[in-house]
Amino acid sequence: MKVLYFAWLRERLNRDSETVDPPASVETISDLMTWLADRDEAFALAIENRQLIRAAIDDELVDHSAQIANARTIALFPPMTGG
Amino acid sequence: MSVRLQNQAFDPGAETNAFLDRTGGGGAAVTFTGLVRSTPDHPVTAMTLEHYPALAQRQLEDLHEQAIKRFDLIDAEIIHRYGTLHPGDPIVQVMTLSKHRHAAFEAANFLMDTLKTNAPFWKKEEGPSGTKWVDARESDDDAAARWQ
Repeated sequence: MKVLYFAWLRERLNRDSETVDPPASVETISDLMTWLADRDEAFALAIENRQLIRAAIDDELVDHSAQIANARTIALFPPMTGG
Repeated sequence: MSVRLQNQAFDPGAETNAFLDRTGGGGAAVTFTGLVRSTPDHPVTAMTLEHYPALAQRQLEDLHEQAIKRFDLIDAEIIHRYGTLHPGDPIVQVMTLSKHRHAAFEAANFLMDTLKTNAPFWKKEEGPSGTKWVDARESDDDAAARWQ
């Protein structure tokens, strides 16, 4: 699956996307963040305040408890500041 | 088009006039325009708006549909820019049309309060002391929550 990053999360990670292949035990957005943070210290630091991070699955806004099975694209980003 | 995301500048007056030309018999139209702010105690030289195109389009279309239903509007339009803007430039404009004024005012308020925290745009400000991502404000969350 592809993971997209936006705004300060993108800048902290120094990439706007990556392709990942998490094991089946990674079931939710929350699990995915833990798995990504375990593999990469920079990621762990970037999402230090994890509750702030918002997520979308296939261009639909979701909670951290959302199931990621069959997702093609997952987006992780900071709180939105439009308008 | 009822929802427009665009990199190009827009003319707030021309957009309002075009919206008013299609009134369809409504008696009350409201336009809100959000501009890039720069004040003496918080000077800004430029602002860059990053966005997530597919989700932004989807979220704004969803809010537009909710506003039409909830306030029984005759019509509504949302224009939101992305890219690099300067102080005074219009960022966003919402226009609402209804039979009577209360619904038009309320719907414009609803659209602005909800899009600030539900549409994936992120502002980065440039000023004399460098560049900084704008923090989300708790008051914006509270403003959005009052419509739930």
